[in-house]
Amino acid sequence: MKFYEKFLILVAVMTAFATTPVAFAQEDPGPELARSALEGKRVVLMPMAMGFDLAQGWNYYIGKEVKSWNGVFETRDPNWSVEAGAQALTDVIASKPAVIIVHNPDLRSYVKLFKRAIKAGIYVIQIDNRSAFNTDAFIGSNWETLGELEATAALDHCGDGTSGKIGLIQGEQVNASSIDQYNGIMNIVNANDHIQVVSKPYSGWDATKAQAVTTTMLQQHPDLCAIIDFWDGTATGTAAAIRAAGKTGEIALITTGGGEEVDCKMLNEGTIDALVSTEIPKQSAAVNAVIKMLLQSGLPAGTMTTFNYTHEVITTKDDIYPGYCWSLERNAANMDW
Amino acid sequence: MNSVWKTGVTQEIAVVAVALSLFVGFSLFLSGFFSASNLVGLVRNISVLGVLGVGMGIVIIGRGIDLSVISTLAISAAFFIELLNFGLPIWIGVLVAIGFVLLIGSMNGILVAYAEIPPIFATLAVGLFVYGFGRSQIVGQDVAYIPDELIPLLDLGTMKFLGIPVEVYIFAVVCLVATIFLRYTKYGLFTYFMGDNFAAARNIGVAVRPLLVLQYILSAAFAAVAGAIVAGTLLSINTRIVNSTLLYDVILIVVLGGIGLNGGKGGVRNVVFGALLIGILVNGMTILDLEDTHQNLIKALILLTVVTADTIINQRDEQTEKQGDI
Repeated sequence: MKFYEKFLILVAVMTAFATTPVAFAQEDPGPELARSALEGKRVVLMPMAMGFDLAQGWNYYIGKEVKSWNGVFETRDPNWSVEAGAQALTDVIASKPAVIIVHNPDLRSYVKLFKRAIKAGIYVIQIDNRSAFNTDAFIGSNWETLGELEATAALDHCGDGTSGKIGLIQGEQVNASSIDQYNGIMNIVNANDHIQVVSKPYSGWDATKAQAVTTTMLQQHPDLCAIIDFWDGTATGTAAAIRAAGKTGEIALITTGGGEEVDCKMLNEGTIDALVSTEIPKQSAAVNAVIKMLLQSGLPAGTMTTFNYTHEVITTKDDIYPGYCWSLERNAANMDW
Repeated sequence: MNSVWKTGVTQEIAVVAVALSLFVGFSLFLSGFFSASNLVGLVRNISVLGVLGVGMGIVIIGRGIDLSVISTLAISAAFFIELLNFGLPIWIGVLVAIGFVLLIGSMNGILVAYAEIPPIFATLAVGLFVYGFGRSQIVGQDVAYIPDELIPLLDLGTMKFLGIPVEVYIFAVVCLVATIFLRYTKYGLFTYFMGDNFAAARNIGVAVRPLLVLQYILSAAFAAVAGAIVAGTLLSINTRIVNSTLLYDVILIVVLGGIGLNGGKGGVRNVVFGALLIGILVNGMTILDLEDTHQNLIKALILLTVVTADTIINQRDEQTEKQGDI
């Protein structure tokens, strides 16, 4: 083959390559389908309250994504009031958004409203706390698995030479995350003869009460090897009681939280010894994927049910590095959308 | 004057009797209850409730009520912590917090005394305002954390004197101050007069309006002290405490102790007895590991028993009935 022939072939090949991407792009209907299904769709997030780490995290990570595909993102703030939440949800349903994301306060309060929303053709995603009614999607922790992980972390501190006694600081008796967490912990405790739960008071999700009941618990059982607190928000109270009793380091404190920087700080300082993080950025990414899937599915609301449980692990001081936890402060600084 | 000290005694006896029998019962049958350290822990656990109760007690003796105390507790502590996080020295933080508390107390007092709005509405509105203002303008998140470098200085939770936590001393000092105010100053005496018969107190020349303002300022100040205890032990303050049942618990111990909502009777002693009864009960039930719904049920039953006993012993008639009973 002569040189000019080779050159001609090369030119021909290059021309072909230069023109084909255009042809491929014209043939890929994906971006246009996604755009037409998503653009302008309204998504409303209603957590139990806006002013705490989990809600702020969802607001940031979900809101940012919805804005990126030119959707409309709104939030409602019932400020821990179930009644205010029911009222807000009723109003939201009347305004017919495309998707509602709800953080349940308990198993039953919003069930009727969910049914009404689905009847109105609105997709309902439940986040973090399940209810007794299955909607289009649940995204969050499998709290039973999470409880098992917490108890497994406690096993590390309750080996030979310890009392094997564990204390629990539960949340509330009506709350799914509290009930399921308890069941998970008991699965592990019942399977291991050398550990036992000796005390399991409730905090009502209030740090001051957690401190009070822990003070009493430590009087009764000064030889505990671990305490599992059902929420990092109350673990500050539990830790205060352990500190006041001079037992920091002796009694391991294990808890769960959203993985915000406060969690990393508590791990670093030894305030808590192990954390099962519900990983808000990862959880939010799952919500984002499910929103896009639902809106493009063309299915009527309430047709299918998916349970998307976040994969969670035990995190200790040794696992974390700078930037491991997400930061409310960093997010707030980046709220340019 | 005599009647001031006489009334309310029967309910007080009922409370003391119930508290004592619980105490004896738990001591005999509940291992670990009757130990010095558990009893110290018990008093420590009621210190916040007790301090709030003393402030509420003063207002209720003057026949008012202060529903803004929990907002004041949360926001004054959060405000103080935010100032520290802003880099201001502690003394400036303390001064600003004192000013803030004076402002809230005066707002309550002026609305009740001069605008003549019923205290239940005035203080409810002020409480909502303080919480809303604080959460939207002062604290960005619901939790405010004491900066790391100041923790060694402000860590009340680990401070002890003669083996007793410092919170217990704070509670004792608050009780002492309130007792001196109520029993050894003329303003305290006038507070009883106002609660007993507002019109008569005014007719004999008591400056009822400034005195009302003073009562609400005291209540706000004690709420701020309670806020300092919470923040100092938890090294942070969660403003969500406003949504808890703490306010009802405070009213519960005050009324349970024998300070009637129609004013003019009772004293600091009643608050202490009311708080001790709840403290003993909760401590015992925690040791017994009862479920929280059962705990609420038992708490409610004891409250109903005491209140019913009082109504049976002190039956209301035309002579004892007063205008403004709630």
